[in-house]
Amino acid sequence: MARELMKGNEAVAEAAVRAGLAAYFGYPITPQTESLEYLSRRMPELGRAFVQAESEVAAINMVYGAACTGQRVMTSSSGPGISLMQEGLSFIAGTELPMVLIDVQRGGPGLGNIAPSQADYNQIVKGGGHGDYHPIVLAPASVQESVDLTVLAFDLAEKYRSIVAVLSDGSIGQMMEPCELPPMQPLKTSFPDWAVSGAKGRERRFLTSINLNPAMQEEMNLRLMYRWQEVEANEVRYKEYYMDDAKFAVVGFGSTGRVALSAVRAARAEGIPVGLIRPITVSPFPSKVLEELSKQVEGMLVLEMNAGQMLEDVLIATHGQVPVEFYGRMGGVCVLPEEALREIKRLVKGPLTTTGHPRDRWLNRIAKKN
Amino acid sequence: MQTEIVVAGFGGQGVLFTGQLLAYAGMDEGREVTWIPSYGPEMRGGTANCTVVISNEEIGSPMVEHPTAVIVMNRPSLDKYESMVKPGGVLVINESMVDRPAERKDIKVISVKANEIAEKLGDKRMTNMVLLGALIANLPVLPLEAIEKALKGHLPERHHKLLPQNYQALREGEKYKVN
Repeated sequence: MARELMKGNEAVAEAAVRAGLAAYFGYPITPQTESLEYLSRRMPELGRAFVQAESEVAAINMVYGAACTGQRVMTSSSGPGISLMQEGLSFIAGTELPMVLIDVQRGGPGLGNIAPSQADYNQIVKGGGHGDYHPIVLAPASVQESVDLTVLAFDLAEKYRSIVAVLSDGSIGQMMEPCELPPMQPLKTSFPDWAVSGAKGRERRFLTSINLNPAMQEEMNLRLMYRWQEVEANEVRYKEYYMDDAKFAVVGFGSTGRVALSAVRAARAEGIPVGLIRPITVSPFPSKVLEELSKQVEGMLVLEMNAGQMLEDVLIATHGQVPVEFYGRMGGVCVLPEEALREIKRLVKGPLTTTGHPRDRWLNRIAKKN
Repeated sequence: MQTEIVVAGFGGQGVLFTGQLLAYAGMDEGREVTWIPSYGPEMRGGTANCTVVISNEEIGSPMVEHPTAVIVMNRPSLDKYESMVKPGGVLVINESMVDRPAERKDIKVISVKANEIAEKLGDKRMTNMVLLGALIANLPVLPLEAIEKALKGHLPERHHKLLPQNYQALREGEKYKVN
């Protein structure tokens, strides 16, 4: 099939349509709005449901209701809007409903700005809403990956009755790249046996997140946790670059992962034996991969557009077996390949240590410069 | 082999489209491409820019500190980008909108009175095509024919009557080849 040059946000929207999206509910917010705008035209054209809600709170609760029918449903937003959705997301997790959430991250906290950021990592990966649950979180680094992971998100959401978030950012949402779109899937016509569809002629089904009996609620909690173990065992995805003979490794996800690729290539051109691990599922996190890696390499560099949120997961996975350094930009400032290369060189030059916290060393370096 | 090109100017000068055209042309030639705009609370008459990367392999960063080539369509863009061009790179200046010469001696500088040329061809809106022609003549990234093909292939049908004029604008720019 021919490749098309598409903007990330529009490509995600079309990918969702082709994955059989039956209903979309959302509210505009930069840098995500093109997804909503695209679907406002595309969904009615196909006779499917599109609603621009009065707020993100309303949008996520519309998703909640529609997800109860077992149809494929989605919403998309950015930081401030995602924050408003957290109550609904927790209810959806508690009701064990599949849904897809697109987060096109921007600078924060607060209203912050509309430039690219990765500062929603903790919010999305660690749950955000209240209670014990884990969303599956996929982190694309290109327009093509945004397309592929959006389709995968719907499949995983159904397979594990789970929230699946696609954790994108302003740069991936706004950039144009060639991509190949998937074939058009028809809307679903058969539904799981938990879905509510009208109880005529059968026993009533009941979907809720409230369970006033603690023992029964605990049963549900356990069910979620066992299901999560299954996800951890089967769904870890990541991409490796130049790792075969690497003595050093850069770890970065999403757009920072691809910036790291430029830096790793430049370092390789200078003879530095460095490779790159780019987690594609940041939840479940490729912890075992990193643990193994910590035995292979002499040092790791974590790159993020935040103050070291994934860094904590890397530190847990490698549990002090390997020196880890950190470099980040915040507030909507992107890491550029040249500065990533400088950080790789700093890592290689050392000194390396496993004591203290990489974030403190990073902040100390910045403080010294100013 | 990777080439990074920045196009910068005022909103309304066709900055973003010029970049998209490069991206389309690169894609149609079978290369990997990225196009990323500056986006913000922009307004008409404000500054706009985009970065295009054209490569033979999977593209890493869509943005760079030091691009291979820059087209500046106004004075603020010259002031911002002149120092950033990679040594040995190419800087195309829209002389019609810039009132100072470039200072760098380690890059190839091409100054074109693009507004006047476009006006002479009948439409000031083709300024961007004149400058793009000048860039392509001095940067071995894509043949001019690929740009023309991309114009035809991706410009909506209703604008096709403008194609000959645009081709002419590209060819006028191409005359500014510097050795």
